[in-house]
Amino acid sequence: MKFSEAWLREWIDPGLSRDELFAQLTMAGLEIEGAEPVAGEFSGVVVGEVRSAARHPDADKLSVCAVYDGAETLQVVCGAPNVRAGMKTAFARVGARLPGDFAIKKAKLRGVESCGMLCSAAELGIGDAADGIMDLAVDLVPGTDLRAALALDDTIAEVNLTPNRGDCLSIRGLAREVGVLNDLAVKAPPIVPVVPTHAATFLVRVDDGAGCPRYLGRVIRNVDLTRPAPEWLREKLRRSGVRSIDAVVDVTNFVLLELGQPMHAFDLGALEGGIEVRPARAGERLVLLDGRDVALDTDTLVIADAGGPVAIAGVMGGTRSGVGAATVDVFLECAFFAPLAVAGTARRYGLHTEASHRYERGVDFALQRDAMERATALLLDIVGGEPGPVTEALSAGHLPVREPVRLRQSRLNALVGVEIAPEEVDAAFARLDFELVGRETQPGTGIVWTIVPPSHRFDVEREADLVEEVCRIHGYNRIPARRPVAPVPLREVPLASSGETELREQLAGLGFQEAVTFSFVDPALQDLLDPGVTALRLANPMSSEQAVMRTNLLPGLVNALRLNVSRQQERARLFEVGLAFIPGEPLRQEQRVAGLLYGSRLPESWANGREAVDFFDAKGVVERLLEWAGLRAVAFEPLADPVLHPGQSAALMVDGLRAGRLGRLHPEIEARLDFAKPVYCFELDAQAILGRGPRRYQGISRYPSVRRDLAIVVPRAVAAGAVESVVRETLGAILVDFRIFDVYQGKGIDSTEKSLGLGLTFQDASATLTDDQIGRCTQDAVGALERVLGARLR
Amino acid sequence: MTAGLTADLAALTAAARAAIDAAQDERALDEVRVRFLGKKGELTALLKTLGALPAEARPAAGAEINVAKDQVQGWLGARKDALAATQLAEALRADQVDVTLPGRRQAGGGLHPVTQALVRIERIFAGAGYSVASGPEVESDYYNFEALNIPAHHPARAMHDTFYFGDGLLLRTHTSPTQVHVMERQAPPIRVICPGRVYRRDSDLTHSPMFQQVEGLVIDRGVSFADLKGTIAEFLNRFFEKELEVRFRPSYFPFTEPSAEVDVQCVHCLGSGCRVCSQTGWLEVMGCGMVHPNVLEMSGVDSETYSGFAFGMGADRLAMLLFQVDDLRLFYDNDLRFLRQFN
Repeated sequence: MKFSEAWLREWIDPGLSRDELFAQLTMAGLEIEGAEPVAGEFSGVVVGEVRSAARHPDADKLSVCAVYDGAETLQVVCGAPNVRAGMKTAFARVGARLPGDFAIKKAKLRGVESCGMLCSAAELGIGDAADGIMDLAVDLVPGTDLRAALALDDTIAEVNLTPNRGDCLSIRGLAREVGVLNDLAVKAPPIVPVVPTHAATFLVRVDDGAGCPRYLGRVIRNVDLTRPAPEWLREKLRRSGVRSIDAVVDVTNFVLLELGQPMHAFDLGALEGGIEVRPARAGERLVLLDGRDVALDTDTLVIADAGGPVAIAGVMGGTRSGVGAATVDVFLECAFFAPLAVAGTARRYGLHTEASHRYERGVDFALQRDAMERATALLLDIVGGEPGPVTEALSAGHLPVREPVRLRQSRLNALVGVEIAPEEVDAAFARLDFELVGRETQPGTGIVWTIVPPSHRFDVEREADLVEEVCRIHGYNRIPARRPVAPVPLREVPLASSGETELREQLAGLGFQEAVTFSFVDPALQDLLDPGVTALRLANPMSSEQAVMRTNLLPGLVNALRLNVSRQQERARLFEVGLAFIPGEPLRQEQRVAGLLYGSRLPESWANGREAVDFFDAKGVVERLLEWAGLRAVAFEPLADPVLHPGQSAALMVDGLRAGRLGRLHPEIEARLDFAKPVYCFELDAQAILGRGPRRYQGISRYPSVRRDLAIVVPRAVAAGAVESVVRETLGAILVDFRIFDVYQGKGIDSTEKSLGLGLTFQDASATLTDDQIGRCTQDAVGALERVLGARLR
Repeated sequence: MTAGLTADLAALTAAARAAIDAAQDERALDEVRVRFLGKKGELTALLKTLGALPAEARPAAGAEINVAKDQVQGWLGARKDALAATQLAEALRADQVDVTLPGRRQAGGGLHPVTQALVRIERIFAGAGYSVASGPEVESDYYNFEALNIPAHHPARAMHDTFYFGDGLLLRTHTSPTQVHVMERQAPPIRVICPGRVYRRDSDLTHSPMFQQVEGLVIDRGVSFADLKGTIAEFLNRFFEKELEVRFRPSYFPFTEPSAEVDVQCVHCLGSGCRVCSQTGWLEVMGCGMVHPNVLEMSGVDSETYSGFAFGMGADRLAMLLFQVDDLRLFYDNDLRFLRQFN
């Protein structure tokens, strides 16, 4: 909320400088987020009276004026279209300095001497009006310094009010808070009830007493809406960030800003029958003051007449009954709508108004009569008219009830962590207008205060609320900072699992850079990288590129890779740890770890970087993670996955269950995404990797190991994994290491076959192996390979 | 002793000396050895001539020959050592590499800077007995709002620009729902921090629709606002490794009461005012407060017996301050040139 510092000081002046006052409010929880001067920096500008204005002899658009500055009458040339004899305006004398350090000198305009300059508001940094010179109130005295005349040494402050402090959404509320903080009384302008001059009223019926416990109405006849609101009032609105419309709207806005009470004025002539406050009926529509035609839902509380809704209660009025220059009779509404009746309504219609903002947070339910009188008095001053009596539709049983709230001294001190003097509590409650209805001492508890909060506070319901108020008044920064005292059990370090951070560090150690990508992705990309799956869709995405929740981690990583490739990165290793959102009943949120490899295997250098990554780089990374996780029962199986290359993709099986996949992106997808080089990826169930298999000492044989190498030829279709399985199963524990050191296809080998070089290492835990034993083992292995896989020795 | 023998010996040793000096490798040197000292060597042959000498002359002559043999042997050894040394030196010279060439390796990887900040936060709190908990990112309205004392239509919901899915599901707007999950499954005392991704419909220089938060929760007997202040202030000093002034401003969160915003003295200018702190000298870094009794009760914790505090901070913001990153969006671009700067 924006407010004028000077206006606040009219209500209360705590004798603090601007900075001190703003700091005090900020530290009390009313954060001053910004402050700007109401006018630019200028001097030497006074109120001037235009005595005469005549057309410049040589320029159609210029006027030659006689301007009285309180001491003498000077000739001034002015280009403004609105200059006229008799007006009071801003006059920059010769020697004046305008914003931008612009000095006013005597000058000749088209041959006519000009001794000074008449100024627009914009030229003085007072608002945006630049279409003419300032049209000041006629009662201002010529020669008065303009800064003083318009109280321009003021600041527009922006206060950020938390939703619980609806009571501060007005000058009155802010002043009350300043009073509390400084223990000062507020100087509220006196509000004197206006004496009705006639008895005419307008019928009001409230159907929904819970939604509208109080509705005040008043008829004011024969107003003259051609008269604008006075300068001082419009200026207060401007300094509160509110645009001036016409006298009636300006006055209702003024009361809203000053007292915090939203009001609405209807053109009585446009209303039919009487006012009804009721829920909208199915099918009803309303053209709002902002011009939109909305269909009303039946949860919406409306103000209606015989012709249907004329306003959404507490949010916005409609055009049909709006006041305008032709309005003769006005019907003023000043109501208390219950927060729950208004809450959510504005949002449903895409609206947020000054009125709804306040009603949602709670308007003082004892304020309506004062506000009505204040508005009436101001209106009569400006537009004249004849006031009728105030009518009130009251549903007393639905007015908020302020229940007593208890504060125990023992609880207060325990929660704050320091003893607060009881006198301080007494004083805080008194200043806050909390009605003290009990104060007794109980053994073990100390003093128990019982208070009833005032009608303007909607946030005092429990003991904790009172603790907060006392802390706030006491000052958060006067409460000491202490190290909590607690038993210090030693930390649990689980043997059977690793932390996510360690997993990340493993990948970082393998040359991968961690990415963090958005969990919501472009539906097209998501569909490309998980075709046929309907991803969870956001109802209100920020953009169409962030509309669905990823079902795997590929879209984000692929996007990150694309960005890097477009920024001239020739190789990349990226990984991410995060959730994939798998649609279904219920939705599954699976933690995954995924990575991409792109470009050369090693960074380009004199020694390496000439080979591109391939499937086995990706697999090597996965194998390393499996080793780290201590997983033994793992297998890689060929996989048919629509997003992966059919010949270069594998499923990772752990204990017979699928735990991930790896491979090259399908070349068609690579092409669709404009990758010039192959993209290899892996995606694993993070939980599978974060389990940590037990490590146990297996003993180290004291006897030498012996290696025998074999070259075998097998049909091409035989998987290396099958060869390893056959050998391992055949030989059992005596085979301590198996490796495939060569794979060869080509010259010398039938095109249906391939040659494998196998390295078998034998060792026994309890004896040195003899040549015979080794020979037999080797024979066994060859025999099994021949039998099971159709292999032969090369 | 005969003058003839002496002269022969002198000539032979001189010839051996010359031959030894002329030998350029071990093989040539060995040939020299054989020529002079071998079974049929020239010096050996000289010994065989001793028999021709008179018996009384033999010892002296033998001794003279042996001296010469020893001398030649010594020269051979010295020459052999010298040749070996030269050979080694040559071999070493041949093996010389350009040590200024870069090493052979995989490129280094690293953790995302926000992850690094999170790890740092976790470690600081782990030292005081906090454990780490996580929760789902697609949450129910109940956990994100209701259980945190934010009923439907509460104006505080406007503070959270929420992403919805329908059916009461949404993307969590803060990590506070994890508090509730923890309280539901664990009895006090509770000391936990909950890091994670959160989502709000907001995007500009300082806002990203997805960002990362850390929530902290302590529930125990006798936990006070003074404890909260001490914990937060100490944490900030540990995190930035600076003695920074910390101030608490009253604020409002429906799930804590009293609530506070925490400002820390600007880590860049130490309070004198700079671009980072918009000349205020202060940086707003987190929200915190005493857990609202309604929240405790909804999660089955007796609010008369227990009290607690909670705090929530933007990990991105802390990472920005720690690493002097000036644009939040860099964190989620994942530009390698950016990420590598934190390896």
